[in-house]
Amino acid sequence: MTAEAADLEVAKINKFRDPRYRAIFYQIVVVVLIALFVWYVGHNTAVNLEKRGIASGFGFLSQPAGFGIGIVLLMDYSSQTSTHLDVLIIGIINTLAVSISGIFLATLIGFIFGVLRLSKNWVVNKIAAVYIEVIRNIPLLVQLMFWYFAVLSVLPLVKDSIHIGDNFLINNRGVSFPAIIPASGFWLITVALLVAIVLCFVVKNWAHKRQDLTGQIFPVFWTSVGLIIVLPVIASLIMGNPFEINYPEYGRFSITGGWSLEPEFLALLLGLSIYTGAFIAEIVRSGINAVSHGQTEAAHSLGLSPGKTTRLVVLPQALRVIVPPLTSQYLNLVKNSSLATAIGYADITALFAGTSLNQTGQAIECIMITMIFYLSISLLISMFMNWYNKRIALVER
Amino acid sequence: MDRKVIFMRKASFIAVATAATFMATAATAATLDDVKAKGFIQCGVTTGLAGFAAPNNDGKWEGFDVDFCRAMSAAVFGTPDKVKYTPTTAKERFTALQSGEIDVLARNTTWTFSRDVNLGFEFVGVNYYDGQGFMVKKALGVKSALELDGARICVQSGTTTELNLADYFTANGMKYDSVVFDTADEVREAYLKDTCDVYTTDQSGLYAQRSVIADPEAHIVLPEVISKEPLGPLVRHGDNQWGDIARWTLNAMVEAEELNISSANVDTLKADTKNPSIQRILGTSGDLGQQLGLTNEWAYNIIKNVGNYGESFARNLGEGTALNIARGLNAQWNKGGILYAPPLR
Repeated sequence: MTAEAADLEVAKINKFRDPRYRAIFYQIVVVVLIALFVWYVGHNTAVNLEKRGIASGFGFLSQPAGFGIGIVLLMDYSSQTSTHLDVLIIGIINTLAVSISGIFLATLIGFIFGVLRLSKNWVVNKIAAVYIEVIRNIPLLVQLMFWYFAVLSVLPLVKDSIHIGDNFLINNRGVSFPAIIPASGFWLITVALLVAIVLCFVVKNWAHKRQDLTGQIFPVFWTSVGLIIVLPVIASLIMGNPFEINYPEYGRFSITGGWSLEPEFLALLLGLSIYTGAFIAEIVRSGINAVSHGQTEAAHSLGLSPGKTTRLVVLPQALRVIVPPLTSQYLNLVKNSSLATAIGYADITALFAGTSLNQTGQAIECIMITMIFYLSISLLISMFMNWYNKRIALVER
Repeated sequence: MDRKVIFMRKASFIAVATAATFMATAATAATLDDVKAKGFIQCGVTTGLAGFAAPNNDGKWEGFDVDFCRAMSAAVFGTPDKVKYTPTTAKERFTALQSGEIDVLARNTTWTFSRDVNLGFEFVGVNYYDGQGFMVKKALGVKSALELDGARICVQSGTTTELNLADYFTANGMKYDSVVFDTADEVREAYLKDTCDVYTTDQSGLYAQRSVIADPEAHIVLPEVISKEPLGPLVRHGDNQWGDIARWTLNAMVEAEELNISSANVDTLKADTKNPSIQRILGTSGDLGQQLGLTNEWAYNIIKNVGNYGESFARNLGEGTALNIARGLNAQWNKGGILYAPPLR
């Protein structure tokens, strides 16, 4: 045997001792074990379901649902013809409705109280501190019950509704206000609104470039507000006001007509936003505190007004600290919205993982679909916030 | 809602998932053997419905459905107290039974085709013939369910009630808003807070709820009955012996009433009756109990400890109780009702 051949032999024998090969080997073993486990769980579930005579599969999604739903948005629903799939979609819409409005409201509350918490005014500062500490330390479910029964107890009965103006009514069945019912030709107003929004971005970019070139500042905000109001109004006038206004009226039992926000929705929205807002306030405070005071002083010495200092110097830097933990608060809010079931709001958990599950008995399928929904929506929010975080990240040169 | 309920819903879901996942075999193990081995029957009941199943002032469960659990315990163990109660909401009751968390569900549950066939259950009979009704506040001035167009209606989730309600309103061309809660107590609370105009459930449930309202006179149950609701106990499909025990426990109670055997006279009858039907049911002749896998005193123990159907009804629901429900459909077949037990022979 030559020396070279001996070397080769050694290399062959020791292949398993090579960390690279060994790592690959163990990874393959782990993947195979996980695959076997998943297969075992799936197979066993199927076998046991069959043994117990429990029907499985997703065929039930096309069966008629047969029950009524209190809150239906953007869809036509009839208990006789709509299917469990429609129930799922309504559940998703209702969850998204309360989550998205909750995220906006919680962000607003959070930023206001986060800034107030830093106020030098003792009273304002302490009010913010008390809000944050009280709300953060009471379980959300208890708060939701409080809001629901507070809403129901504090607000008057339908016949004693509080009137704001003529057509804005508040009572324990919710808040009612005039509805705008589109008629033919309404599309032009929608188009005008979209055009206005696009124009706002165009104006903003143009103003930015002009400021870079000439140093002159253009009133972008007020121009945008003007565009968004004026364009749809013009469109409406051209088409001869293509909509009807439906005013709320007293009916036999409740208010009929108009649009209304149900007490279940209001209680859930308030509960979620106020709870999450308290956490966001702390995040905002920590974010602002993280920007060194030297930055503010430097901005002031350049002659920037306090408002501009906050808007152009402090906040952009604070956002880098704020956004990642803010994301997880948004995710919490979406997930916590499933507590809706405790106060009778028809979200996906109450409707689909609740009523549909019970009427069809398809526990595993319904829960699985519900979990996949929450997972997807959480991942989408994460993706969006990560993108936003990258966009506002410090560009290092 | 109390937190226990939420907790339990999670628990029962996890239970069904894990049970379905990991119980490799023995899916049809004999429930009777399991029950004897652990020494008690795990009985699913409501989270609290006066007259049917609710804890009394001493924290002991009482009621018409509870009596059925106690009767099964008397049949299996000779004493009515070897029962543990699992309060279940309408929503989680089926999962609890499917997963094996409970041995029998006695929770005024409506016997329907899909529950019997598709969910893997076996209804063992009907212990209360009911129908869905509506309760409203007298102050509303509503006299008939047909005047309820546009009303806001509180309802418990996961019930046939939700389905009947939709059917009834569609059939009559009316609209309604539903507000759905998990437990009967939450529904009542929302109804009393006036967030709903109407409370709908089985009429027995309406009477039960009205009996615990501070001012029962201010509420009326409307005359319309919009559905058939045969309520009965159920067990898992596939264990016929356990199903038989449950079925004949119920039948024995009904038959005992028909034969005028009550807890008061059961001892005298056992000693000196000449009636062969009574001898068979009390185990002094024949071996009915042994055929069920129990002792021959099984039915004697039921009647002695719990009473016959009529006694249980009178004690929990009948005239003189807070619920004050007339026997109506639930009278014996020879007394104007439709209660009719197959012969025990």
